[in-house]
Amino acid sequence: MLRIPCPHCGVRDYTEFRYAGDATKVRPTHGTDDVRAWHDHVFLFDNPKGAHREYWQHVQGCRQWLVLERDTATNTVGRAWLAREGAAS
Amino acid sequence: MTVRRLASGGHIDRATPVRFQLEGRTLSGFQGDTLASALLANDVRIVGRSFKYHRPRGVLAASAQEPNALLTVGAGDRRTPNLPATLVDLFEGLVCERQNGWPSVERDVGSLLGLFSPLISAGFYYKTFMGPTRGAWMFYERWIRRTAGLGKATHRPDPSRYETEHRHTDVLIIGAGPAGMAAALAAGRAGSRVLLVEQEALVGGSLLHGAVGSADDRCGFGLLEQLAVLPTVELLTRTTAFGVYDGQTVGLVSRIPGAFGGSAEPPYARETLHVVRAQQIIYATGALEQPLVFGNNDLPGILLAGAVREYLHRFALRLGERVVVLSQHDSAWDTALDLAEAGAAVTVVEARDRVSDDLLARAAKRSVTVRLGAVPVTAHGSRAVRGVTVVALADHRTEYFACDLVAMSGGWTPTVQLTTHTGVKAVYDPALRVHVPGPLPANQQVVGAARGIVRNPLAEGHTAGERAARDCGYDGAVGVAADAHWADVPLMAAGVPRAPSVQGKAFVDFQSDVTVADIDLSLEDGFESPEHLKRYTALGMATDQGKNSHHNGLQLLAERRAKDVGSLGTTTHRPPYTPVTVGALAGRSVGLHFRPTRRTPMHDWHQENGATFIEAGPWLRPWYYRWAGADVATAYVNEMRLVRSSVGLSDVSSLGKIELTGPDVGLFLDRVYVNGFSSLAVGKARYGVMLNDDGTVLDDGTTARFGTHRYFMTTTTAQAGEVMSWLEFLLQTAWPDLRVQVVSVTDRWAAMSIAGPKSREVLAQALPQLDVSGAALPHMGVLEAEWDGRPIRVARLSFSGELAYEVYVPADHGIAMWTHLLDVGAPAGIRPYGLEALASLRIEKGHVAGIELDHRNTLADLGLGKMASRTKAYVGRELSQRSELVAADRWSLVGLELLEPSGTLRGGAILFADGEPMVGHGRGYITSVTWSTVHERLIALGLYQGGLAHVGEVVVCAYPLRGEQVKARIVSPMFIDPAGERLHA
Repeated sequence: MLRIPCPHCGVRDYTEFRYAGDATKVRPTHGTDDVRAWHDHVFLFDNPKGAHREYWQHVQGCRQWLVLERDTATNTVGRAWLAREGAAS
Repeated sequence: MTVRRLASGGHIDRATPVRFQLEGRTLSGFQGDTLASALLANDVRIVGRSFKYHRPRGVLAASAQEPNALLTVGAGDRRTPNLPATLVDLFEGLVCERQNGWPSVERDVGSLLGLFSPLISAGFYYKTFMGPTRGAWMFYERWIRRTAGLGKATHRPDPSRYETEHRHTDVLIIGAGPAGMAAALAAGRAGSRVLLVEQEALVGGSLLHGAVGSADDRCGFGLLEQLAVLPTVELLTRTTAFGVYDGQTVGLVSRIPGAFGGSAEPPYARETLHVVRAQQIIYATGALEQPLVFGNNDLPGILLAGAVREYLHRFALRLGERVVVLSQHDSAWDTALDLAEAGAAVTVVEARDRVSDDLLARAAKRSVTVRLGAVPVTAHGSRAVRGVTVVALADHRTEYFACDLVAMSGGWTPTVQLTTHTGVKAVYDPALRVHVPGPLPANQQVVGAARGIVRNPLAEGHTAGERAARDCGYDGAVGVAADAHWADVPLMAAGVPRAPSVQGKAFVDFQSDVTVADIDLSLEDGFESPEHLKRYTALGMATDQGKNSHHNGLQLLAERRAKDVGSLGTTTHRPPYTPVTVGALAGRSVGLHFRPTRRTPMHDWHQENGATFIEAGPWLRPWYYRWAGADVATAYVNEMRLVRSSVGLSDVSSLGKIELTGPDVGLFLDRVYVNGFSSLAVGKARYGVMLNDDGTVLDDGTTARFGTHRYFMTTTTAQAGEVMSWLEFLLQTAWPDLRVQVVSVTDRWAAMSIAGPKSREVLAQALPQLDVSGAALPHMGVLEAEWDGRPIRVARLSFSGELAYEVYVPADHGIAMWTHLLDVGAPAGIRPYGLEALASLRIEKGHVAGIELDHRNTLADLGLGKMASRTKAYVGRELSQRSELVAADRWSLVGLELLEPSGTLRGGAILFADGEPMVGHGRGYITSVTWSTVHERLIALGLYQGGLAHVGEVVVCAYPLRGEQVKARIVSPMFIDPAGERLHA
């Protein structure tokens, strides 16, 4: 039921996308030798009720990973931008 | 009931009689009848037996809220149970049967259950069937299951077609009554795209309760005429809006006329699911009349007053000669007056002690007997109503009225269900005495009776339609609302007194057989809230989902608990509004159309040359070939023998292939794989494993380097999409600074594996212009060249453990290369081999594959611990070393050989050490099994606690699903050629 505004392809149905969760997590730098940092990144995340930012990939379109604003309580969708531009654009 | 079909009037076509069958008996009606009206016209009084007590039931309503007349319609594989007869069009050749009576609904043995009713009141199954032994429940369950349910479905596949349409519209209007049609008119005139949907076969809504030719009827007809000329307005009848979802998405189901009736298959879809995205939604869903609660209020012949009026005006059926109208609302008086006009003797028993002088005058004019301030106590009759006892509230005097029809009205409640689907709770309005829709978002409006009061539906609709269109950007001229005279009519009348206690079984929910006594019982047992009451008594849990019971249930609860109805809260309405068939939801996505089928480039060749296919995810892959045997068990062994002794050819096109280019590719692969790839020489390939961030194995594959900045990765078939998305995720979110491009080329290349001791000689003959000698193309070497004017890649890789090569050509060249290799290799005895043999050969070699790579296992578990680089960082490194992933008692890869030739090894069998008690989860399990042509016995790969430290030990393989236990010995997983001589030939 969601429509996602892909920056390249326009507003598309959510079934064209793949979901990958929380986009506000910051991935530890490659090679970080800290088990706790990796553990926290992989296994812990907040689950906010309300405004959230998430990763979605337009797998049936431009194959770009996007950051999408979505309200988890009302399921209303906000802006989307290319993930390569940063998680907080 | 003495039912009479009037000589004129009604929206039926008397010139077109329709014959149908009820339990083998031929009856007839007219075009325009529903099955319910046709049954009534044929004096079929009992339309079913109630769920629990098997009480005889008649039709109650004329619409989707009908709780009793659920029939099985259609025969054979088109049989559909539990359809409300009020929504089934009468169709020539329709066959139907009533439900829940044995041997028949007329004479039902199950009615004896009524004698046990004190024992089977609400919640009885929480307090009974608990002994004498623990296993006793399974004994009772068999009998209880047989009595549960109403209709019986067929087990045969459904031959009907169902379609799905995805549509967009500016304004979706749900309900084509006066308010809905007025809204459609305004929105359409403004220029917006309008979709107007109506669940009945006819538009009009409440206007259908008026006589043909009446002001109501002319109003409806007029609106329809005006709508017909608007080019952007689409009307769908027989279409139920069943659910409202996120993003203004609404689900509709449309039925074709006679969708469920005939025995012949129509050449088009029986039902169509419409998934509609609407900018604006207008709910014009009207109101539902509520029954009254009094003793035996479920007898056949007791209907809702509005329904009686609809049967009169829409179907020209006068349902009784001596009628008692039990009223709490002015609309019931309309029924009384219309019945009197049609020649019935009518008595109105009105609960309020005052009604308008106008109503009284009109009643007097038609010789209608009137009692004010009186309520029903109990109805009388056994298989049909024959009289009602009422009591005057002032002096408690009772009075008996003989009758053959009762028309009751407990007022109306707005149809709010759809407005609550996205979480906006309905709100109790104490002034209107009903639950009305809660605060909706700006792009959803409610008009007409659905608001809780009928003020001026035409004007409301008009305003809402105009506003909806304007909010979509359309500002065409909409004119003025049609003029009509509507008084303010609240859905629930004021001044309705509380009824005294009732006698006999007073039903609140007809479908679940919930009585007033059950509500009292629920309260006594402590289940006081509406949520608990619902679940404890099952009130509102059947197919009508509380449409006929929710209101009365809450009223009684409030009364008993001495609270305001508004303070109790309500239960949550969820889609679907009325039942939806699974067929409609599935649409065309059934069988092979459930998901796309992927074929390899050589598919047609396999098809024509004796391959039996197997599904591998969405792919069709050749499983085994007829040349090798008639069934898979024989064939795969012969195919394996061929590969081990001479040469075979296998289609491996479904494996994922990814092209990676750019200056940083080597660096990227070093990060992603556990082993190194930046050091890989051009012209070489390397087996690689990549981990998830959590340290478990994600996938394995072979990656070759064709140029300084050009690599070619393969993945397993199953993980191809996962790996592609994962690489893109890392490049786009984690390492956007890396200069790497990745492209999926899985469908671009046909890939085949030629394997066996003679593979080199065949390849050399097939590709004479290439040097594929051992020196030029050593083990794990790759080359790029041209063949027949097209690109070709050859890699010397082996999955089977034999000397083997993978050959890649463009997909459209696949069959040409495939047949070329088979032709050239014919003297050497080459044949094709399928997936079963391919998978089995690798088991003998001890290669892990998809089944072992299930994202639970680590590198070390799979015996690949030595692959991981000790010098570079790679994805998953840190968490792969967390304590539970390196614990000494983890399982790891072993080989198993069967010790009992009469037994068998099965994938999934649980492993125990020989002699230890077999309880709990065991020490591991078997992953993959094959017949070994080399060792002439069954062998397997498995995961076992402590792994290869237990080589030589005997284990028990337990398969509890079949009660099997066999002994096996732990051995090295490399069953053949441990020194790799064949590989390096």
